[in-house]
Amino acid sequence: MASSDKCAAKFNPVSAPDYLPKKQLQSLQLSRLKMIVQRAYDYVALFRQRMDQRKVTPDDIQSLDDITKLPFTVKTDLRDTYPFGLFASPISDIVRLHASSGTTGKPIVVAYTQKDIDVWASVMVRTFAACGLGAGDIIQNSYGYGLFTGGLGAHYGAESLGATVIPTSGGNTDRQIMVMKDFGVTAICCTPSYFLHLIERASEMGVDLKALPLRVGVFGAEPWTDSMRIRIEKGANIKAFDIYGLSEIIGPGVASACCAQEGLHIFEDHFYPEIIDPETLEPLPDGTEGELVFTTLSKLAMPAIRYRTRDITEIITEPCSCGRTIRRIKRVGRRSDDMFIIRGVNVFPSQIEEALLAVEGTLPHYQIVLTRKGDLDQMEIQVEVTADVFSDKVRALEELQHKLGQSVEHTLGIRAKISLVQPHTIQRSEGKAKRVIDNRDMS
Amino acid sequence: MKINQLSVFLENKPGRLSEPCEILAANGINILTLSLADTEQFGILRLVVKEWEKAKRVLEEAGTVVNVTEVVALEVADRPGGLEDVLKVIESGDINVEYMYAFTTFSKNKRAILVFRFEDADRAVAYLRDHDVNVIDSVSLYQNLK
Amino acid sequence: MSDFVCENRILDKDETLDRAQLRALQLERLRQCVQRVADVPFYKEMFQRENITPEKIKTLDDLRRIPFTTKADLREYYPLGFLAVPRSEIARIHGSSGTTGKPTFVAYTAQDRATWANLCARFLVAGGLRSEHLVHIAFGYGLFTGGFGLHYGVEYVGASILPAASGNTPRQVMLLQDLAADVLICTPSYSLQIAEVARAQGVDPRTLPLKYAHFGGEPWTEDMRVQIERELDILAFNNYGLSEVIGPGVSGECAARQGMHIQEDHFIVECIDPETLEPVPEGEQGELVFTAITKQAMPIIRYRTRDIATITSQPCVCGRTTARMSRVIGRSDDMLIIRGVNVYPSQVEEALLRVDGTAPHYLIEVDRTGNLDDIKVHVEVHPESFSDKMAQMQALRERIAAEIRSVTGIGMKVELVAPRGLERSMGKAVRVIDHRREKGTI
Repeated sequence: MASSDKCAAKFNPVSAPDYLPKKQLQSLQLSRLKMIVQRAYDYVALFRQRMDQRKVTPDDIQSLDDITKLPFTVKTDLRDTYPFGLFASPISDIVRLHASSGTTGKPIVVAYTQKDIDVWASVMVRTFAACGLGAGDIIQNSYGYGLFTGGLGAHYGAESLGATVIPTSGGNTDRQIMVMKDFGVTAICCTPSYFLHLIERASEMGVDLKALPLRVGVFGAEPWTDSMRIRIEKGANIKAFDIYGLSEIIGPGVASACCAQEGLHIFEDHFYPEIIDPETLEPLPDGTEGELVFTTLSKLAMPAIRYRTRDITEIITEPCSCGRTIRRIKRVGRRSDDMFIIRGVNVFPSQIEEALLAVEGTLPHYQIVLTRKGDLDQMEIQVEVTADVFSDKVRALEELQHKLGQSVEHTLGIRAKISLVQPHTIQRSEGKAKRVIDNRDMS
Repeated sequence: MKINQLSVFLENKPGRLSEPCEILAANGINILTLSLADTEQFGILRLVVKEWEKAKRVLEEAGTVVNVTEVVALEVADRPGGLEDVLKVIESGDINVEYMYAFTTFSKNKRAILVFRFEDADRAVAYLRDHDVNVIDSVSLYQNLK
Repeated sequence: MSDFVCENRILDKDETLDRAQLRALQLERLRQCVQRVADVPFYKEMFQRENITPEKIKTLDDLRRIPFTTKADLREYYPLGFLAVPRSEIARIHGSSGTTGKPTFVAYTAQDRATWANLCARFLVAGGLRSEHLVHIAFGYGLFTGGFGLHYGVEYVGASILPAASGNTPRQVMLLQDLAADVLICTPSYSLQIAEVARAQGVDPRTLPLKYAHFGGEPWTEDMRVQIERELDILAFNNYGLSEVIGPGVSGECAARQGMHIQEDHFIVECIDPETLEPVPEGEQGELVFTAITKQAMPIIRYRTRDIATITSQPCVCGRTTARMSRVIGRSDDMLIIRGVNVYPSQVEEALLRVDGTAPHYLIEVDRTGNLDDIKVHVEVHPESFSDKMAQMQALRERIAAEIRSVTGIGMKVELVAPRGLERSMGKAVRVIDHRREKGTI
């Protein structure tokens, strides 16, 4: 059984803002909101234009509720202003850039000043502290490093926490297990589905995870469920925590579960949350389900004003038993668009269309089938063979498969299995094919 | 001198091979020979039939992907070394073979027929004929097979 | 040639100590280092055996009383038998290469991490880095020290980082073009791959905004430098390091580009004959041996790198007083460096042992086609595992490739060979054919 003492850590002073009295928190939020709106208005042409159109000036922000006067920002705004259009700092003040895939074509680029990096590290320290981790822990970071914010975000947090960091990055499961065992790792960061895979592989290798010092898992970057959490906790005798973040806001470190494991605390002194109706765009009260919207209150290089995450959740009204005063959201499970997440990578069907189109010249009938094989997500793209691309030579078809696979990998950064299928085998419904079949068992 | 071969795309799943065969049977088309190239995920069925245009039409009507390729049929002596003699000529001509398969022996005069897919069929035919290899045209092939 | 001018800038005064001062600093640090390792089991045993005490180190020459440390020693004390600090003081752990077999791990305290960042910053600044530059890092991050070492070095200088990591070259080209990075950091061969992919995409690599690049992680040649500089219209700088010593940051080129300055205030270098183990005269080829005198978590004494190079202590025009090493021109063992990853033939053998149906006969063929290292393993199959089903043979090939990837961390092409299809030679089998050497690319 996962016991609560697995989540007992010394209070970390950096966590102090988690416990601010509501009034104090709100006044901090308001002063930061005024600053960030002014900054966005002064330095980002897109915000200024949109605010001018609405005849809103930074001075109109006199209370937190005034935030609803501000225009929304959406993912395509980042693409349309690519690469530097939403930057509010000159390149010389920027110390880091990250990129994630957009819906199509150009990636989305996000930027950080040194102060932003420091804030990011601090919210990750608060995340780790909420998960019961401290300076003595040995943290294995299996999130992928690179342009993806997950790896370096968790890395800098673990480093600021004063823990020992083992940057294993993603992949090479056998080595991950070897490291976990040989170094007495006490906490791991990765996607929950990858951890399920680690549990399975460890048992094949004869390694009993339950007997290892590992006691905490910090899991994020993809949706999961409470039943999955319980499976993980039982399978490895650890406490499994859900964390939430997105690179447009900062990366991981936007919200985190705590020992109570009932929802995720938003670090709302830096990220101001709203819930809106995705159809009418009207704000919804706490306790009502809707689309999550964030305004970054302190981000200098790239402020986000009312950024629509497309994630569906609700803000929990009751105070948390852990004592934190910052509000919580429920676990995110659904989206208000067709994006899906596989192995921690966000994928839009439109990106896959783009990749297939690049190879074949015309868009073939295709279908994306998601499965969870041995706890590891698999993406298969079934592509109907047409007379134009068919050949009597095995090599030519294998080459086609390979090219499609490469094109998808170049677009998404992850591998997909390409299956060539006979024409008309993919079901058409009302003319338009159902593009994504998600057969993953999330329990 | 070349023969039209049909190729049919198949997923490597049970039952997929019988589908085109049934369609051809239902339309009274006799398969003279076939070969199957398979990978883990898909296969390519290669067929030689007499009424290839009709076969192509009925297969396409049934929704399969069909491709027509020109292949070359060669007659060799059905004895040890018969194939080798032909291969030597092919090699000497620096002719690239994409794939090949053998016909069943059918005639009384101890000859076998091989089907070749060459990279450059025209050049191959010219060269082979110059070197006294018996290249069979479609008319005599179908007659022979009757 | 690029119109970028690399100014002669020196980050730390310790890079220009006069030789006598430097030697005094080295001696002081060496003595502290010997003191620090006195309780590390490996050294404790060694010191007892050889009757060495920290007090006996009175001059730098006394270092030679201490026996060498080898990679095998690190393996024997796996995972962290060389630790000289309590575990709680370890801030970071890295691994030597992507292996499941018996890799070697190295540890850093927070102070080591800061030292490392400073050392990388030194050669980056020597090679043109300024705080207003944007740096595209196309090294793999993770257990490999290359990515992190340079990342923290760039951060130390205050420049911007795009942590592109490795892979997905078309996207790397797009980002180099769109974000207009000034600096590229990767392996030299990968820069040529970037140039080639750019051309394939219709982008003239010379038009990329890149100004200069810092290369490491694999051996390369002066000819390759000329080619890279021409193809990308940049200045190319060389740097050197290995995880057992610290990672990148052991040495690097300055604006003069006449050898790599060894950061001697942190590392004592020796150059020995790998056979007799005696020092070679200055300027002659030999195996480099390093002593990391300031490392806290894992100091290492007289570590045999197996890298062959030459050393000169002639003064450099840049004003640094430190000794310089040539490029690495060879190895004194059978290690291969493939796309920046260290691979031993024995690892391939280990992977094959895990797959039923293969014979322990194999041949590794390394080549560089289109700027990318290409590695192919020819493997003999057992007669009984031969199948007429293409699908089954493909599956066998894929299993072998997966095992090799798991052990070595890199993908290799696998070619199945008929039983007894590989030539047997008298005595020792030829396991490796490296066409890169014949072509002079390494």
